[in-house]
Amino acid sequence: MQSNIQVIRIEPSKGWVSVQLQELWAYRELLYFLIWRDVMVRYKQTALGAAWAIIQPLFTMLVFSLFFGRLAKIPSDGIPYPIFTYAALVPWTFFSQGLSLASNSLVGSANLIKKVYFPRLCVPIAAVTSGLIDFAIAFTMLIAMMLYYGIFPGVKVMWLPVMLLLTLITSLGVSLWLSALNVHFRDVRHIIPFLTQLWLFATPIAYPSSLLSEPWRTFYSINPMVGVVEGFRWALLGAETAPGPMVMVSFLAAIAILVSGLFYFRRLEKTFADVV
Amino acid sequence: MGDIAIRVEEIGKRYRLGKAEKYKTLRDTLASAFTAPFLKVGRLLRGEAANDTTQDEQIWALREVSFEVRQGEVIGVIGGNGAGKSTLLKILSRITEPTTGFAEIHGRVGSLLEVGTGFHQELTGRENIYLNGAILGMTKKEIDRKFDEIVAFSEVEKFIDTPVKHYSSGMYLRLAFAVAAHLEPEILIVDEVLAVGDAGFQQKCLGKMGAVAKEGRTVLFVSHNMGAITQLCGRAVQLEKGRLTRSGSAGEVVAAYLSSVAGTELKSSWSDESSKPNSSEVQFKSARLLSVDEQPLSITNFNESVLVEIAYEVKIPIRNLSVTCLLYDSMSRLVFESMDTDMSEWNGRVREPDVYRATTKIPPSLLRPGRYQLTFAAFIEGVKVIARLDRVLAFDVSGVGYTLQPKRDGIVSPVLDWTVCRFSEHERMV
Repeated sequence: MQSNIQVIRIEPSKGWVSVQLQELWAYRELLYFLIWRDVMVRYKQTALGAAWAIIQPLFTMLVFSLFFGRLAKIPSDGIPYPIFTYAALVPWTFFSQGLSLASNSLVGSANLIKKVYFPRLCVPIAAVTSGLIDFAIAFTMLIAMMLYYGIFPGVKVMWLPVMLLLTLITSLGVSLWLSALNVHFRDVRHIIPFLTQLWLFATPIAYPSSLLSEPWRTFYSINPMVGVVEGFRWALLGAETAPGPMVMVSFLAAIAILVSGLFYFRRLEKTFADVV
Repeated sequence: MGDIAIRVEEIGKRYRLGKAEKYKTLRDTLASAFTAPFLKVGRLLRGEAANDTTQDEQIWALREVSFEVRQGEVIGVIGGNGAGKSTLLKILSRITEPTTGFAEIHGRVGSLLEVGTGFHQELTGRENIYLNGAILGMTKKEIDRKFDEIVAFSEVEKFIDTPVKHYSSGMYLRLAFAVAAHLEPEILIVDEVLAVGDAGFQQKCLGKMGAVAKEGRTVLFVSHNMGAITQLCGRAVQLEKGRLTRSGSAGEVVAAYLSSVAGTELKSSWSDESSKPNSSEVQFKSARLLSVDEQPLSITNFNESVLVEIAYEVKIPIRNLSVTCLLYDSMSRLVFESMDTDMSEWNGRVREPDVYRATTKIPPSLLRPGRYQLTFAAFIEGVKVIARLDRVLAFDVSGVGYTLQPKRDGIVSPVLDWTVCRFSEHERMV
């Protein structure tokens, strides 16, 4: 009788604590409901609803095609410039949206954090993953464009889930850092728009990474979004050379960000309720 | 039965006040990163410990608090504002960590620090039931199973697919409480949930809490409502400035607490000239509440009466002077007003300078269990208010002797004499 009663011990924790993924697993239903809430709420009371998921990358694509493609004549690895940049904008929009939503997620859930216990990791994770719906909507547009331009990916498309995983890891890792930091330093809120803008240009979205010669190109992929973007283009649009080393480097960088983010988040977690 | 459900051992919680606990700006941190080493060196040179933070920036919200709760026990936590009750609940609910000590909780905990946590304005009632349920720790299966019950309990069936932003505050509250009420943890931690809503709703909450307690679950209940504490809890602990100062049966602890809460609540007398509520015409001397056997009282049972005594000095002859007594309930509603000239021969007469003592009796089986406050005022009918004593006395009516259904509505719940007879029998008799 006594043995099946769970005992919780509440005591001060010191320094770095374990990530406790098993607890996160135990709370998976709550995570599911939080994701569901974020999806449900996102386009409530908007006139255009889910169309926003397409409008944003679409208009960026139009602007980029006009200024970088037509006027500046930036090369696009032999792929029509609009689809070249749109294929990159789809994962990029997921990343940048996830970043801005997740970084404010803890502060926005202050009333929850002060009143109920649950693994706080659920909050930024839900904010990031709820963007997958937008991603899927924007992706249908990408498929339409591929049909229009007559581009068929072939078996390389099998790699797409891997690229998507890389996108998720990157978004989550960066989001964990920023959301935890934002609880203590509200400066983060002001940094985000600036950060995403710089990051946009530090990622080969408007231009191909082939502008860089080889040792530098791989080095460049320490920015994990480089691997994401090149991976998407390769898997879908059939750019010639496989970006293997780039994706590898990006994966390592993304995992490093995610793991360090997890631990940093967990370390600060205990202070959230007192500070937020 | 004797198994421990909650064990709290030397729990302490320290908060840092001022800039440290507020959210920092990066600039502050950068600045202190540069200055901190110098401050440290400075302290070392002065012979202090290097990591000794300034004392006045810290506050212990809880200090060395230890107690145990056995399974199936309903325990009340009482104490004034800032006594550390909320901090204790937050620690036991694992929302915040203790600074020292530890606590052990045996069993699944559900904590209810407010109703409707996580409700989203844009979502419908149905959606919010699932979301709120999940946040409170229910599984989807559990919610599916109890869904109809929750909706029925909340009485908002018609609007269940309407966004809650269109709900009235009463509906919102009922729905929120309905979800919370269907939580089935082994240990329930409840904060002032009952402090909201109308009296009917409060009674509904109390009834539900009583039912939970009867099912043999462990309940830790924090409240300002002494009536509710004595009604629901077997045992109580009192916190004072972060320390546990009293522990024992709920009745005893509540009584001791109420009599300790400043003399003014039990008996007010003003011997000191400067603190006296002053007027050159009438001066209040003292005010107190007594039980039928003339003992000072701060808590009474539902079926017992309360004596109210007020003494005042009239300085100059005044015609038509009355001293009135206003009774307010815990929601600051005026229950009744009564004057010392209502019955007496003093009505309309001139009061010569002297000290007067007015007493009256509040009848038993009238005031519903809860907290009450008394205000006194001396005035001349239709002319002016001479002196006023706002909320000088407070007392609680416990649930002892309260045999009516708890769901009853109304500010007072008098026990009236009813005669019921069958009409056909009556006819036969005639």
